[in-house]
Amino acid sequence: MLPVLLALAASAMPVPPGEQPVDPYAQSDANAGAMRFQGQSMWHAFHEQAGVQRIVDGFVDRDIADPVIGEIFKGQDIVRLRRTLKEQFCYILNGGCAYSGRTMKEAHKNLGIQIKDMNVLVVNLQKAMAAEGVPFFAQNRFLAKLAPMKKDVVVR
Amino acid sequence: MPPRLPLLALLAGLALATPAQAGQEMRAGGKLVLTDGVSSVEGAAGGGLATWALIGGNETRDGIGGSAHVTYVPLADYSLTSYGAAIGIMDRVELSYTRQVFDTHEVGAALGLGKGFTFDQDVLGAKLRLLGDAVYDQDSWLPQVSVGAQYKHANRGTIIHAVGGAHDSGTDFFVSATKILLGQSLVLDGTVRATKANQFGLLGFGGDRHDSYSAQFEGSAAVLLTRKLAVGGEARTKPDNLGFAREDAAWDAFAAYAVTKNVSLTAAYVDLGSIATVKGQRGAFLSLQTSF
Ligand code: HEM
Repeated sequence: MLPVLLALAASAMPVPPGEQPVDPYAQSDANAGAMRFQGQSMWHAFHEQAGVQRIVDGFVDRDIADPVIGEIFKGQDIVRLRRTLKEQFCYILNGGCAYSGRTMKEAHKNLGIQIKDMNVLVVNLQKAMAAEGVPFFAQNRFLAKLAPMKKDVVVR
Repeated sequence: MPPRLPLLALLAGLALATPAQAGQEMRAGGKLVLTDGVSSVEGAAGGGLATWALIGGNETRDGIGGSAHVTYVPLADYSLTSYGAAIGIMDRVELSYTRQVFDTHEVGAALGLGKGFTFDQDVLGAKLRLLGDAVYDQDSWLPQVSVGAQYKHANRGTIIHAVGGAHDSGTDFFVSATKILLGQSLVLDGTVRATKANQFGLLGFGGDRHDSYSAQFEGSAAVLLTRKLAVGGEARTKPDNLGFAREDAAWDAFAAYAVTKNVSLTAAYVDLGSIATVKGQRGAFLSLQTSF
């Protein structure tokens, strides 16, 4: 019964403007792949909603333009990626958002990502956080939340 | 591009010989800066004094990388120069070679050996990563753990025997655990070494006081200050096997800076204590490393 309900709920999800539909999946904050921080200090360190928007946009821009991993983003739904990444970061930083995207395993399963790609992506994120002026120690606390996702993202 | 140091030529040779580009699946490079450590004095990836569980070279589990280093340690009365290279295979196995040259300067003359008399040593190392990923396993306390061995051969057998040293070659065995606590911006390492080495092996192995293996500790703690800069300290205990001269523990305070993705510099203040009866051997530890 539950899968049917979830499928119904998913198919009832409207496709946001500019995005392509994805196969139905069960929505849950748990899909974000990390427990959120307690308190507001991390949210403040990332300059709240406006800061997270700038960081994610800068991060995605760098990934798309990247000579090593840019190829992996070709033909993907970048509008959706920006939206779900902003939700995911906001959720983990305890900014009060819900995460509506897929699990890390589901989202990356067909991408053939290697550890090396993951490392490049981490550097792009570090650069985006540094451009926003996020203190280095706060950057590392955030990266510590993302690091264990490697096992779901890196498939070979 | 004429390389300034013969070492760089060696490095370039290694790079060409590397089968990292052999398969399409393998792409060159890829570790995060400083996550391959720097070259320790014995050539293994580590801090300056301590060997770490990290595998040297800039490659991930999808390739073969390498590193090369030159290190200069000017002390109050002596100086130590070391240079060598390491290969990191699939982030699993590290093979290293280092040559150490210990210059006695004026002390050599005082001891009747001759001014600038040197004690040299070759160190061949092998390291195997058993488990863990120091960088990405941030959801567990489990460190990256490696085991390894270092075969050392000192070139002054006759003098070593004359001062009570038992052997001119020996093998150290170690277990090393390294953890990057990203949430705290810390790098921690603890290594236990079974060794008979006198002054890292430069004065031979075993001696008139003890000629058996003892367990010695080496550890490092560092803070990541920026993406490219880490500062920290290290301590290392050593056996005390020779009757003629007491041997002390060593420690240092260091800064490691990633100048580029492939070049890092380490500068430290190091205290090696008493060496061959001459006390207070403190000085600098300067190391240049390149990895690919
Ligand atoms: C911890 C690291 C990572 C996090 C937190 C992360 C996060 C995300 C999120 C939230 C999505 C969207 C999920 C959805 O559409 O429902 C996504 C999709 C995607 N990610 Fe990642 N990602 C990570 C690593 C990587 C890496 C290393 C690459 C490639 C180098 C990559 C490439 C992509 C691509 C191309 C998509 C779009 C897939 C699609 O639309 O089907 N990601 N990622």
